[in-house]
Amino acid sequence: MREVAIVAYAQSPQVRQEKVLNEVEMLMPVIETALTEAAMTMDDIDFVCSGSCDYIAGGAFSFVGAVDALGATPSKMESHVEMDAAWALYESWLKIQAGEISSALIYGFGKSSVGDLPDVMSQQCDPYYLAPLWPDSISMAGLQASALLTTRRYTERDFAEVVVESRRKAKANPSAQLSGDTEVEELLRAPYISSPLRRHDCCPITDGVSVLIITDKTALPETIKRPVYIRGIDHRMEAHQLGIRVLSESGSTTQALAQAKSQAGIEHFDIAELYAAFSPQTLILKDALGLDDQVDINPSGGPLAGHIMMSAGLDRFGMSFRALQKSEVTTALAHATSGPCLQHNMIAILEAG
Amino acid sequence: MDIDLDPIEQFDAPIYHRYHATSSRAITPFLHAVKRGELLGHLSTATGKVLFPPLGACPESGEATHIPVILSDTGTVIGFTTVHLPIPGSKLVPPFTVANILLDGADQACSHLISECDIDSVAIGMRVVAVWRPAEVWNNSLENIEYFKPTGEPLVDIDALQQQCLAEAEQRKEAAKGGQDA
Repeated sequence: MREVAIVAYAQSPQVRQEKVLNEVEMLMPVIETALTEAAMTMDDIDFVCSGSCDYIAGGAFSFVGAVDALGATPSKMESHVEMDAAWALYESWLKIQAGEISSALIYGFGKSSVGDLPDVMSQQCDPYYLAPLWPDSISMAGLQASALLTTRRYTERDFAEVVVESRRKAKANPSAQLSGDTEVEELLRAPYISSPLRRHDCCPITDGVSVLIITDKTALPETIKRPVYIRGIDHRMEAHQLGIRVLSESGSTTQALAQAKSQAGIEHFDIAELYAAFSPQTLILKDALGLDDQVDINPSGGPLAGHIMMSAGLDRFGMSFRALQKSEVTTALAHATSGPCLQHNMIAILEAG
Repeated sequence: MDIDLDPIEQFDAPIYHRYHATSSRAITPFLHAVKRGELLGHLSTATGKVLFPPLGACPESGEATHIPVILSDTGTVIGFTTVHLPIPGSKLVPPFTVANILLDGADQACSHLISECDIDSVAIGMRVVAVWRPAEVWNNSLENIEYFKPTGEPLVDIDALQQQCLAEAEQRKEAAKGGQDA
């Protein structure tokens, strides 16, 4: 396999509401920051690939409008996934493996504040049985949290502890929306919104964009001191109907991890960035991945500290990349998810080289 | 067997979502200007081209644009089509003509209706001027212009117009570069 490195990552602040700028205007400075970090220009980029969803912005073909931010002359090889931008990264990685390109700029964007995100997310359900019930994303996560409690592996106190940890670690992340010191007892006094979930168990509505650049090792810019290599990557999908799945487990995550490990030959991770949009999902993923307490989980604060819908998975790669810039961190696990209740999961194993 | 059941070809599944969209840093000034009866474009310093309507990004260079340029409401037809079929939901009664119009001073065409003339007389290179609705009904919309009508000037040679536009854009690009150097 070709060695593929992450060479730059940039993210806008993860704000509750961006009142002025549209997606294109949010993207332009972040693309520039990422290119500057990589000491590259658009001329050095062979392929651009994005992840977004028109239902979020409420405008048809909003992703085509975003191409303006790239400069269309000379024209670029371009693609888009109506999925989290982590899958745009996967498409780019495949294109490098196929020998078609040697560099790619990947971006994801979401301006969730303009609509009602939990309701918008119900549109991803099947049109006959689920969508007519308008199951919002928080209620579906509530069903999953309830299934987890039923196993007696965890309690609501454990959910709250995940949140306390997230907010504490996010204090070191300047782009986090939610950070600070909280206490479990205080959190447990909050009312339910979709039981057993309380407001703090859910990721915050966030407006933002992220950009990540990857290259083949042979095209690595000379200025890059500490590239981060994608040593293994795999993704697996489960059935769409919630009733068919065991919601308290994540078998597809375990499978993807096994594949990624066999590619990478790496068993130990210093950190793990998990796309857990709801606190119980952190626990489900931790078990599915067999992570012990030696692994620093979501050092950025994770999606509970800031959650750019359609880019939060790519951000797990980006936040891992940032953590791996420090000499004491050498291996990371990045996880991305798509679909309701962890339906589809991607695992990547990253190593600083 | 189930195969004998009548096929269900349709059922109602209405979907409504409410959005509170923002009009962006680039489009907001455009919408304010059009309410005053002004057509506001953006100068791209990277290419020297004047973009109308402005989107805030130069599609050629990818750079952010913000320098306002007020354009004239006269222009040249660079392409058109006459629509003979009714469009569902549209107030327009066919046949009607839609043209790509290059406003004087702009480097990007915008689309609008052509009227007050025989449909067969519309031609590439035709000079046109905007017909505005009464100022009392102006709002934040390009609908303030009801349509464009011919000025009666002679037809313009489109190839020559393109060369002229490119030369002027080059001059503006150099001027912008000079301004940055100074």
